[in-house]
Amino acid sequence: MPRKIRVLVAKPGLDGHDRGAKVIARALRDAGMEVIYTGIRQTPDQIANAAIQESVDIVGLSSLSGAHNNLFPKVVQILKDKGAEDILVFGGGIIPVDDIPGLKKAGVREIFQPGASTEDIIKYIRENVKV
Amino acid sequence: MSLAKRILDGDIRAASRLMRDIDDRIPTAMDALKELYPNTGKAYIVGITGPPGSGKSTIVDKMVDIFRKEGKSVGIVAVDPTSPFTGGAILGDRIRMQRHATDEGVFIRSLATRGNLGGLSRSTQDIVNVMDAMGKDIIIVETVGVGQDEVEIVNTAHTSIVVLVPGMGDDIQAIKAGIIEIGDLFVVNKCQRDGAEKVERDLRMVLEMGRKREDGWEPPIFKTEAILGKGIFELVYGIYRHKQVLEQGQTLERKWRERAKATFLEVLETEVMSRFIQKIEKDGGWESILDDLTKRRTDPYSLAEKIIAEELKDH
Ligand code: B12
Ligand SMILES: Nc1nc2c(ncn2[C@@H]2O[C@H](COP(=O)(O)OP(=O)(O)OP(=O)(O)O)[C@@H](O)[C@H]2O)c(=O)[nH]1
Ligand SMILES: [Mg+2]
Repeated sequence: MPRKIRVLVAKPGLDGHDRGAKVIARALRDAGMEVIYTGIRQTPDQIANAAIQESVDIVGLSSLSGAHNNLFPKVVQILKDKGAEDILVFGGGIIPVDDIPGLKKAGVREIFQPGASTEDIIKYIRENVKV
Repeated sequence: MSLAKRILDGDIRAASRLMRDIDDRIPTAMDALKELYPNTGKAYIVGITGPPGSGKSTIVDKMVDIFRKEGKSVGIVAVDPTSPFTGGAILGDRIRMQRHATDEGVFIRSLATRGNLGGLSRSTQDIVNVMDAMGKDIIIVETVGVGQDEVEIVNTAHTSIVVLVPGMGDDIQAIKAGIIEIGDLFVVNKCQRDGAEKVERDLRMVLEMGRKREDGWEPPIFKTEAILGKGIFELVYGIYRHKQVLEQGQTLERKWRERAKATFLEVLETEVMSRFIQKIEKDGGWESILDDLTKRRTDPYSLAEKIIAEELKDH
């Protein structure tokens, strides 16, 4: 029996735009994954701890408020500090293209922008998560 | 160092990884469970059940505040349903408890039912055992939102809390006898809403007609407004009183024995079944069996007897 893919979907920072995150959560559920949704206004610490306690394969961060450059790398760093660098981190939202290289350099695996298709996101997870 | 030793040493990652293996039914998880078993049996286990959206997670969240103030460490297992159509799940209980995510004394694990029907996942009992071995003082198990016969929680918890809310239709009719019988404590949550008095009255009547418990425990009813934290302190002390009553009589001992039996039977069943299924698959698979059955060359009863007899003879 293959393992079930487990994903944590979280919104770091004070950003209250949660439509995108919920769309993603539902799409992943419909693709047969187990999705833990932590809700809005999460600190990087809360997100990383939840990811570890839930032993997810991948963390999906959503940000539309412009705080991604600060918050996304923090989640990656805390996971690393706690010996959980095998948990992948990716994300989406309103993120200028120019910011993407920096985020990737900081260990964020992939960024999906507005209009991204949920099929592509599902495909990305299936191809990148080792289960 | 073995996975079990690392867990006993306080390694959180090791613990959550084992939980994943248990949930995914990876055979090696059993080695760690064997090693952890002697270190279980110390935690007090509280179950919480009730209809969808009645406030179970919110109540758990507020109870954790009180347990933590008293210096107790807490494990939480929160079960949500798997979609029968897609096999996926959105596990949303954690949202209500996420403010405890940075408290090292609290460990929260969300589980999907993965097709199990009793209100819990098949893995729940084993995952509770891992938290027990991690040294959690209190373990709270939140079932899926139920209202019918999903009463598996009694085999897991020492104290079972049943949460009701006003306006659940005409009356307690929605709540079948099973769920009333398993409750050690009852909560009428969202009690500031209209109809709270009526739910309480109806519930009291149903309880008065219910079975007399041998230890003399009469299930109390608590009124709470969980989002405001109202009535939660009383509820927690209700748990402590129930615990005391259990400990005074033989009930706690009996519960442990019943639980041990339920777990053992489940493990035995799983092991025996997987052994027979392996045998069938090794002996050429299902095709000939299903041909025989559908063409009525044999019947399921004789076939099962034959396979069991063969297996026993081989040993
Ligand atoms: C709807 C909306 C709102 C709603 C939010 C409702 C809700 N609960 O979500 C309301 C009206 C409340 C709102 C309020 C505000 N908003 Co507004 N809002 C929008 C709007 C129009 C659409 C956002 C949306 O829901 N899109 C639909 C979803 C499905 O798309 P999405 O989130 O982008 O998600 C997709 C991808 O980005 C990606 N994705 C997203 N998250 C994730 C996560 C993962 C893991 C992955 C893989 C992919 C992924 O996949 C999704 C599917 O394709 C945008 C403009 C825009 N066109 O984007 C502004 C926008 C986001 N808002 C903006 C602002 C400024 C605000 C306010 C501050 C306005 C104010 N001054 O009061 C407030 C702040 C609210 C708060 N508390 O944070 C700005 C942000 C500017 C910035 N980043 O610098 C925007 C960009 C508008 C603009 N052009 O100025 N907003
Ligand atoms: N008015 C009011 N709302 C409450 C109260 N307790 C919880 N809620 C709200 O009821 C909704 C459901 O609460 P949860 O705690 O998620 O309920 P639950 O029983 O865990 O739900 P499931 O796990 O989905 O079955 C949330 O919006 C809560 O904020 C309360 O005492 N009063
Ligand atoms: Mg809940």
